[in-house]
Amino acid sequence: MAILGALNPMLTVGLNGDKAWRLDDYVKRDGYSALKKILAGKMPQDQVINEVKKSVLRGRGGAGFPTGLKWSFMPRAFSGDKYLVCNSDEGEPGTFKDRDILLFNPHSVIEGMIIAAYAMGAARGYNYIHGEVWEVYTRFEEALDEALAAGLLGKNILGSGFDFELFAHHGYGAYICGEETALLESIEGKKGQPRFKPPFPASFGLYGKPTTINNTETFAAIPLIMNLGGEAYLESGKANNGGTKLFSVSGHVNRPGNYEIPLGTPFPILLEMAGGMRGGRELKGCIPGGSSSPVVPASIMMDCTMDYDSISKAGSMLGSGAVIVMDETTCMVKALERLSFFYYEESCGQCTPCREGTNWLYRIVHRIENGQGRADDLDLLGSVTTNIMGRTICALGDAASMPVQSFVKHFRDEFAYHIEHKKCLVPPDIQRAGSGFFKATV
Amino acid sequence: MLTTESLKKIDREIAKYPPEQKQSAVMAALAIAQEEQGWLSSEAIEFVANHLGMAPMAAYEVASFYNMYDLKPVGKYKLTVCTNLPCMLSGGVDAGEYLKQKLGIGFNETTPDGRITLKEGECMGACGDAPVMLVNNRRMCSTMLPEQIDKLLAEFE
Repeated sequence: MAILGALNPMLTVGLNGDKAWRLDDYVKRDGYSALKKILAGKMPQDQVINEVKKSVLRGRGGAGFPTGLKWSFMPRAFSGDKYLVCNSDEGEPGTFKDRDILLFNPHSVIEGMIIAAYAMGAARGYNYIHGEVWEVYTRFEEALDEALAAGLLGKNILGSGFDFELFAHHGYGAYICGEETALLESIEGKKGQPRFKPPFPASFGLYGKPTTINNTETFAAIPLIMNLGGEAYLESGKANNGGTKLFSVSGHVNRPGNYEIPLGTPFPILLEMAGGMRGGRELKGCIPGGSSSPVVPASIMMDCTMDYDSISKAGSMLGSGAVIVMDETTCMVKALERLSFFYYEESCGQCTPCREGTNWLYRIVHRIENGQGRADDLDLLGSVTTNIMGRTICALGDAASMPVQSFVKHFRDEFAYHIEHKKCLVPPDIQRAGSGFFKATV
Repeated sequence: MLTTESLKKIDREIAKYPPEQKQSAVMAALAIAQEEQGWLSSEAIEFVANHLGMAPMAAYEVASFYNMYDLKPVGKYKLTVCTNLPCMLSGGVDAGEYLKQKLGIGFNETTPDGRITLKEGECMGACGDAPVMLVNNRRMCSTMLPEQIDKLLAEFE
């Protein structure tokens, strides 16, 4: 199992053994008790939403939008179909937390979704699961079967008169479907191209009906909030940053994996939990919130605490909590080249600035990396990014631009060296040794 | 065109969506067709479209949009290597080079005996287990260092 450590855990408590994901095991851990309480007491919908608001739970998918507020946008008086969607299309490079939540604690997501559906009056829901993780999709379907057999899903849940059907939808390899309106298009059986907003999903969502979309980890936190109370949940994190969060740590550390820590935990503690730097080397830079968040140089990163506000102050974003750690063996130009290729490859092609711009970004960084950079290339990169940002339907264009701007800003000398000397500042054999693939050490 | 077993699987997918939204099952139906036939021919895509009552072009749009569909025949084993940054930092790019050398083919090529197709993939959401690879869209292989890659290739005989 890849949840390797925790400080004051809530989401990952008791997940020991192969059967922890089973319904029986979840119930033994007090699972479905929040749902039972709500249904038995016929708790008013507003009260559920208020509790979530009080917790200051912020969306765990990347945007950090307050969940309770999002729920309150759903038109309660609307009498037709309403939908609830879970976004488990986890494809942001560096992120692998939802995979583990769904593998080891799927019922926490199911319970969270049922409570959310109750609060917003949705009768049908879908969990959209990332294409490459087939094992997660089959596991979640098994968990759904268990919940259905136990009367926790379907008609008249636990005799309460409340109906909610939940299904799994399997993606097939498109990063853009993590964008919520692209995801809705994808469930409708179309290309995953984002919709222009407004209208927002709460008024025009799946099949044109009011829809709320939340991330997997967000739903998994809901039963905890309902059991603990919103205020207690908030206090377990820090002001304006309620609760604990899973951080996926990857790259140059000794123990890459998922770690649950209270929001506000200092970065050096997280780094230490992940076994410290591989080979005892020096930290060079860190991408703190998934590949779309701006890179932060080591000196600034070591002073950060892991929460939305601190990372934002450091000029980046907490995003999905995907911490990509890079040591001194990393060529920052090569690192950016690979990221730029990713956005070029995954742009859906709908908006010209993104379709053409991501291609330009990749081609320019590629030529710098390959010794063909030109003197004005860094200015050109800057100009391409400012012509993409804010001019596209969705955030992919911005997501492609922010790494370029931040890498060039913080590691400008390294880019300039590449252009001037037509080679890497970090010698190729050192880079090669850094990956650990050939067991060499630096 | 497709076996009764595949059609049954497709029907199970259709039942997940409102009756007037059969098109929602197109991604799953195409995946099921590909699983049975190894790749998606134009005929297979058209068959799926007709089965779901949608325009063949709309189904083709889906098949060509998502990375995991194969619109050309692939080897018996399709091996997709993640080379994205988090994997790269732990040897994903090296793993791709190692495989190219061992198999004597590049990305998007198939060994002459038709056994193995090599592909470069984007983030699979498993970066903690880097380098990662995917076999035939289904089986995720973790921490693929030279020894593990050799073992996997031996299985493919």
